[in-house]
Amino acid sequence: MNKPVDMGVITDAKKRYSAGVLKYRQMGYWEADYVPKATDVVCLFRITPQDGVDAIEAAAAVAGESSTATWTVVWTDRLTACDSYRAKAYRVEEVPNNPGQYFAWVAYDLVLFEEGSIANMTASLIGNVFSFKPLKACRLEDIQIPVAYVKTFKGPPTGMIVERERLDKFGRPLLGATTKPKLGLSGRNYGRVIYEGLKGGLDFMKDDENINSQPFMHWRDRFLFVMDAVNKAQAATGEVKGSYLNVTGATMEDMYERAEFAKSLGSCVIMIDLVIGWTAIQSMANWCRKNDMILHMHRAGHGTYTRQKSHGVSFRVIAKWLRLAGCDHLHAGTAVGKLEGDPMTVQGYYNVCRDSYTRQDLQRGLFFDQDWADLRKVMPVASGGIHAGQMHQLLGLFGDDVILQFGGGTIGHPQGIQAGAVANRVALECMVKARNEGRDIAHEGPEILRTAARFCSPLQQALDTWGDITFNYASTDTSDFAVTPTTA
Amino acid sequence: MMTNPTGRMTQGQFSFLPDLTDDEILMQVQYGLNKGYAWSVEYTDDPHPRNTYWDMHGHPMFDLADAAGVMLELKACRQAFPRHYIRLMAFDSTRGVESVVMSFIVNRPPHEPGFQLERMEMDARNVRYTTRSYATHRPEGERYAD
Repeated sequence: MNKPVDMGVITDAKKRYSAGVLKYRQMGYWEADYVPKATDVVCLFRITPQDGVDAIEAAAAVAGESSTATWTVVWTDRLTACDSYRAKAYRVEEVPNNPGQYFAWVAYDLVLFEEGSIANMTASLIGNVFSFKPLKACRLEDIQIPVAYVKTFKGPPTGMIVERERLDKFGRPLLGATTKPKLGLSGRNYGRVIYEGLKGGLDFMKDDENINSQPFMHWRDRFLFVMDAVNKAQAATGEVKGSYLNVTGATMEDMYERAEFAKSLGSCVIMIDLVIGWTAIQSMANWCRKNDMILHMHRAGHGTYTRQKSHGVSFRVIAKWLRLAGCDHLHAGTAVGKLEGDPMTVQGYYNVCRDSYTRQDLQRGLFFDQDWADLRKVMPVASGGIHAGQMHQLLGLFGDDVILQFGGGTIGHPQGIQAGAVANRVALECMVKARNEGRDIAHEGPEILRTAARFCSPLQQALDTWGDITFNYASTDTSDFAVTPTTA
Repeated sequence: MMTNPTGRMTQGQFSFLPDLTDDEILMQVQYGLNKGYAWSVEYTDDPHPRNTYWDMHGHPMFDLADAAGVMLELKACRQAFPRHYIRLMAFDSTRGVESVVMSFIVNRPPHEPGFQLERMEMDARNVRYTTRSYATHRPEGERYAD
């Protein structure tokens, strides 16, 4: 029987597979000179080993537990081409300025994954390993998905470019608002908010994540009143309008029924919540692709596993999976609003959504190059505690391809919802115009807004009401790299 | 008169701002040229929100270096169609974009009567909606005449 030894992979097959317990690094889950193949999935984990557990052994354990290993040697490995199935940890580094934490690079052969299935990929990569006792904590920081695997996913049903063509809206961020209060409005009252916001100048209104079909407003009532509001606003402005109808329900059958009804009423967009799960997301993406529907994704629940740096899954990984799984809109943070988000880190999420080819950018938390193989792009959504007075910052941070959602910043306007919408649209258009004219909006932004407010009293009132509101709290999820090292 | 806060049709990038002067239009055109876009002048007298294909006043201007060229084309279009909607559109041929990337209105009819919303009541509470421009009740070319 084998005993764990301190060093070295056991190459003698008879010894390697004799019954007993070995160290993971001895079983072939650590290969210091391994060079990932172009078809490998590569993961970067942040691991915090228990006291006394060696970092390399911990990394090997992560590789083992997220691929073929169990805690003891099994002879049945020898019936398989087991070396292919073993994930290989090949690099471990201390995390800068975080004692006790290590970055561990692990490569997985393509054979480990079912084509076109996020459920399968996640079951491997974040399956058992996050509960593994020898680690205090574990976080999946980033992932590189090979083109060969990317091409097995259909991606966004509509995509950023086609969405703009359908909506006939180009060269500026889109504007939205979430209907408030979140809960308690009847269908009739709810539709009022939709109509006022869209007629005032917004492109989209939005159901909140927990608006499904509660006693105060059943889903059919909401859909009927909302679509009357959308169509009325479209006629009042001559511009395409939409409202994300949240079809999230208890079962797939419920969601399909709601989506079909939204389609029958002529809605251009439906919405789901991240909490419905990967399989349901891919099913709804397929439905949307068949029915010319834009799919809005609200990332409800993500903060439970993305926010803390030591444990969980980074949102950049979630964003990559969602782009593959297929959604058209994705809430990706505001940097300046009320919700968590360091500006550089948030820009990293936006790049993942919108790039044709994402480059390694450690300051933005992007550890890998990612070739998206022409997969359609996701429109990121900035929502939560933002207002017209921040327009120059938002445009500077995120550019044109983003949906800016001002919920309270529209509905809470002292002169009413239409005035709130006007303020946001004027602020947006004047800032885009000024940027295109070559003005330095980062510095001149407040002056540009004040000038525009001279012909737009709703904007003046918005600036008077919210101009000084900021949410300056330290972010928990930030890059550990102050400067970009040159090595990959 | 349309009842939305601008009193007019709100398609395009800058419909909520005061009409752009020719100098301001020139700066937007120059911005697009600097990015490598090709500009196109398009006009219509059917402003329906889903009327995608406005008529082209010539092809998109590929390989154009001077924004003045676009302004000349716009001037010619305005002379030919003074009471039509005219928009400038910029096309980006970059792989992965290959679509319109800027679009704004630079000429409008003097009077914009807006749109009628027609509701066709269906089974149960279902409704089918149709938007019609009041102007398009008249034939092409005779709209916005007075």
